[in-house]
Amino acid sequence: MDNPFGLLAELTYRCPLACAYCSNPTNLASYTDELGTEDWQRVLLEARDLGILQCHLSGGEPLLRRDLVEIVQTASNLGLYTNLITSALGLGRPMAERLRAAGLDHVQISVQADEAVLSDRIAGTPSFGRKIEAMRVVKELGWPLTLNVVLHRQNIDRIGDLLALAEQVGADRVELANTQYYGWAWRNRDALLPSREQLESAELVVREARERLSDRMDVIYVIPDYYSKYPKPCMGGWASRQLTVTPNGDVLPCPAAQSLPLPRASVREDPLERIWADAPVMTAFRGTDWMPDPCRSCERKELDFGGCRCQAFQLTGDAARTDPVCHLSPDHALVTDAVVAANAEARPTDLLLVPRPHRA
Amino acid sequence: MKPVLARHVRLTYSQARKRPVLLLPETVVVLNDTGAAILELCDGQHTVDGIVAELAERYRTVPRDEVTAFLGQLAQRRCLEGVIRHG
Repeated sequence: MDNPFGLLAELTYRCPLACAYCSNPTNLASYTDELGTEDWQRVLLEARDLGILQCHLSGGEPLLRRDLVEIVQTASNLGLYTNLITSALGLGRPMAERLRAAGLDHVQISVQADEAVLSDRIAGTPSFGRKIEAMRVVKELGWPLTLNVVLHRQNIDRIGDLLALAEQVGADRVELANTQYYGWAWRNRDALLPSREQLESAELVVREARERLSDRMDVIYVIPDYYSKYPKPCMGGWASRQLTVTPNGDVLPCPAAQSLPLPRASVREDPLERIWADAPVMTAFRGTDWMPDPCRSCERKELDFGGCRCQAFQLTGDAARTDPVCHLSPDHALVTDAVVAANAEARPTDLLLVPRPHRA
Repeated sequence: MKPVLARHVRLTYSQARKRPVLLLPETVVVLNDTGAAILELCDGQHTVDGIVAELAERYRTVPRDEVTAFLGQLAQRRCLEGVIRHG
């Protein structure tokens, strides 16, 4: 067992946006008893002592925490590299300057599309203009900027325009990641899963942009795993490189793991080091001993680690099965059926989306 | 050309891991001592020749092509400025 490198600190699940692709849990009400400032400061210290080097501040919208500047200051004083993952609502110039002074290293801002009408529709609130303004401030303050876009059936055809926007705002990195079907996104899967034709066109655009922009911008593109032959190497292996702390102090290998029927572990009850080493939520699928066939005898078992436990649970009801995305999985039809339906000519690209609520 | 670490990249030492590390927005690079020594000299004051000469005083052999390959790799990941990028 190695020590983790990264901490995903989900400070709150409250959010000014209402994106239907959100991977936050659908039982938002279970997370309203949020950790206090001192709790987070202790968690950061324990994380640093455990060997964690990077702290990703996320949510929900982390800027809704009134103590965000203090939390950043603590992380920075501990020598952690700090990333803010934000909608940018609330990131006006004064707040940006305070975060810069507190030592924040890197800012990632989401957009929902390349222009206001569609972006605001998907976000469920007028926000595009403020996001663009915040990006300008981020660049003026000399921060590296990542533009984050979650792709799906209703915006993937605009990928060329999204890349042009990234170029125009001077992003250093752009992450174009197809939706992962957890939380609210799972509920909206049929309206979000793109067709094969949409994906093929998008990939051509990405390939061209990568070449053209190679000296200016990192272009990261994540395909939807429903269309791949092998599953994603989720988290680089269960509880192997990163851990997540949820707004109420639960500790998980990844945010989606809250859905699994495993005993809870909380920073309110135990130190992070003990949780990482011994808690069932960490040890359940660590390594390869838990694997059933076809994973157990597969030569790729140390490459993709059996795929995603949460996806296996979501699709089959058993977290210990092979990720059904894998073409060797006995449950693979669960994925191919969804893909066939996504490619039916009759399915429109503007099906109604169920928004996630702003708060519980 | 005098290489210098990009502004968004941080060279530091992990007490918990007892190893020098390079921190990037989404990545951690765990370094060996030579790697860290090279990057400490990427201060905008040393040319690549200067870095090689400085290392030759400290270590018995650090071939020039290894230093340039290492710097080239990092430049390609946009961690360094002032180095010609390859590929």
